[in-house]
Amino acid sequence: MTPETLAAWSLLGVYSASAVYVIAFIVFVLDLAKRSSDAAPAARPVAVAEAAGSTAVLVEAPPAPPAVGRPARNARVGLALTAVGLVVHVAAIVLRGVAAERVPWANMFEFALTGTGIIVAVFVFANLWKDVRFLGAYVTGLAALLLTLATINFYDAVGLVPLPPPLQSAWLGIHVLVAILATGFFSLGAGLSLVQLIQNRREAGKLPRLRLMTTIPSAENLERLAYRVNVIGFMLWTFTLIFGAIWAERAWGRYWGWDTKEVWTFVIWVVFAGYIHARATRGWRGNRSAILALVGFAAVLFNFIVVNLFFSGLHAYSGL
Amino acid sequence: MASSRPSDAIDQDPVEERSAENPRLGPIGFARFLWRSLTSMRTALILLLLLALAAVPGSLVPQRSSDPNGVFQYQARDPEGFKILDALGLFSTFSTPWFSAIYLLLFVSLIGCIIPRTKHHVDALRARPPKTPARLARLVGFTSVENPGEAETAVTSARQLLRSQGYRVERYGDSISAERGYLRETGNLIFHTALVGVLAAVGLGGAFGFTGQRLLVEGEPFTNVLADYDSFTGGSAIDPDTSLQPFSLRLDSFEPQYTFTDDAWRPLDYDANVSVREPGGDWMPATIKINAPLEVGGSQVYLLGNGFAPVITVRDPDGVEVFHGAVPFLAQDANLFSVGVVKVPDGLSDQLGLEGLFYPDAVATESGALASFSPLITDNARLTLMVYRGDLGLIDGSGANVYSLDTTDMEQLTEREDALVLAVGDTVDLPDGMGTIELEGVAQYVGLDIHHDPAQAWVLGFALAAVFGLLTSLFIPRRRMWVKVVDGRIEYAGLARGEDPALAGAVADLARAHAEALERRMPS
Repeated sequence: MTPETLAAWSLLGVYSASAVYVIAFIVFVLDLAKRSSDAAPAARPVAVAEAAGSTAVLVEAPPAPPAVGRPARNARVGLALTAVGLVVHVAAIVLRGVAAERVPWANMFEFALTGTGIIVAVFVFANLWKDVRFLGAYVTGLAALLLTLATINFYDAVGLVPLPPPLQSAWLGIHVLVAILATGFFSLGAGLSLVQLIQNRREAGKLPRLRLMTTIPSAENLERLAYRVNVIGFMLWTFTLIFGAIWAERAWGRYWGWDTKEVWTFVIWVVFAGYIHARATRGWRGNRSAILALVGFAAVLFNFIVVNLFFSGLHAYSGL
Repeated sequence: MASSRPSDAIDQDPVEERSAENPRLGPIGFARFLWRSLTSMRTALILLLLLALAAVPGSLVPQRSSDPNGVFQYQARDPEGFKILDALGLFSTFSTPWFSAIYLLLFVSLIGCIIPRTKHHVDALRARPPKTPARLARLVGFTSVENPGEAETAVTSARQLLRSQGYRVERYGDSISAERGYLRETGNLIFHTALVGVLAAVGLGGAFGFTGQRLLVEGEPFTNVLADYDSFTGGSAIDPDTSLQPFSLRLDSFEPQYTFTDDAWRPLDYDANVSVREPGGDWMPATIKINAPLEVGGSQVYLLGNGFAPVITVRDPDGVEVFHGAVPFLAQDANLFSVGVVKVPDGLSDQLGLEGLFYPDAVATESGALASFSPLITDNARLTLMVYRGDLGLIDGSGANVYSLDTTDMEQLTEREDALVLAVGDTVDLPDGMGTIELEGVAQYVGLDIHHDPAQAWVLGFALAAVFGLLTSLFIPRRRMWVKVVDGRIEYAGLARGEDPALAGAVADLARAHAEALERRMPS
């Protein structure tokens, strides 16, 4: 098969994977909706209407303990679909690499292709370890959105071109892959932190109507999970930074030069260092540290999207 | 800084809050108050976040260090805004006083934390595991099983078991107190100390290193002395007249490879074939590529640019040579359409300035203008020149830039339509009978960066030490375990010091392993 044919098969795989993710997203949303209605009796606020003028006092039932047991059918179907999408997605990534005769992460489309694949993979494998299916809608939605946008906007920006001399280095394989892996962990961590913030509000009695949250782990457990995932992301990000510096020394003649991408790599590293420290600082556990994790992930996305597209700098070899 | 407290403690109540209320704080007390505030975890955390925030403008506006042209362009585009931003130092964000203040305070705070924690940790390393708590029932993973045999047997075997699992053990009565994971705090201290090391090494490298640029045309030699550089930035602690190792370098040939793929010419490889000579040695051949710098004389030589240098000869009306040389042109696009300037100050009736456009593979576009079809030198290579005469500005310095012509005091002799056009080998007349100009050939040149940083390996070493410290401090659990024989039962429990989600499982595993060990001892 010619490279063009392989690339065409890869593209077909991308579209198929996106479609499967969209279906998985719908199933996961249905699951969340169902959780909401199933959980309703347990979490229904006990309304004690006092017909004293215009005031009505609502006495809430204490937050129900997380429902234990077998996850609902939709959640299982959603995860299975996601896994199927992932298999197709990985095939598309591999075909892309074979077609281009190099690592499939050398331009904007390919970053998104491999990056979303890793985000989904981290989620699927995380489920072997802890049940985090409640994040299915977030992960499949994010992956489908990024993958589709990148394919529409960047697929034709560069074809199957050989690597320019600056990218001809083993570090392309290592540095970029590690950065993408870190992004995968940070996105899962951000999802957990986001849910943690919502859960925290509910536990404080502010969201009595958000019943589906009763089927999700407590804010404290979510924080612990998010921390473990984000710490792995932080470790990988540290490697991204160091490998990048080693490569920059070989390719650009200095290991650190405050190139725009270097600035953002540094900012992200410092924010997540702050996040880790926040969890050991009085008054910063809980909501504040969760917000820091979200700020860190926002910086990761900013670094990937805005810096790549709108900022000039040395990391611009890929021609998008 | 933050995680520098004993890892079982979430930031403790700062004592200074009480002293702050005391109106009679003496100077020493005030200094103590400042020091404690600075080294508190909260301050460190806020400094960290400030550092991240302060770095952001460095990516929003061009920096003098990484993008000096961008700074000029910004100034030309928005002179008023430039003044304001420049006053704030935003064009050199990372060397401004406010940025430096943040990271220096952060590192002071860091050191203020490392020292007491190191002392605390050394004490902990010397101390024995603490006394077994009176009641284990409220601790993590509490398990109580019937003791199948003697108390003494259970205690000794528990002691052996825990020791084989890497615990430090101490017997208190009929109980064993065990602790492991001291490496967690060691790693934590290594990580933070290594960060100080990275900062120090970066600083030393800046002081004792240098970086210089040189544009080298084929055949041209370069010697590593200050005068031979086009630009040079030396550290504060070196004397560029004596500190440079005098190696020599010559560009023998430059061989780029291109491919025509996906409707464009794309570079595949750049090889700069050079000869190098170290003091007392012979010329040795070497190749410099992107991603493969040359190591010579304690420095690295990087290939960072390349282009064409038309070889030009200018003669006066009598045929006497007044200028001869390869003039480097700067590439403007992927097909190496290039621009450059020739300045002939002496030998003609007036000073002569030429603005040149070079097309390695010229084709006429629909509008009639030329463009380059490929980056390869072909028979179609063309040099077009606009001619100016008058004052080049070499005396007042306005014309010092070799890549641009200051035409304010010059008269333009040719318009764009009647610019001189030369193929390789052509000689054409200059306007007004000033003389002739010949394009003898086209040489290639490379842009080299020569970099010397004696502390570079130290930076890497400290960075790797930091990674090692980080890995151990994040992933090695520090935990205490107790096994207690009481009233014919054996109790097990653990205590986490820091993040340790696997503790309960570890206690259960211990109880199981202990039961098996006891069973093996006395088969019933």
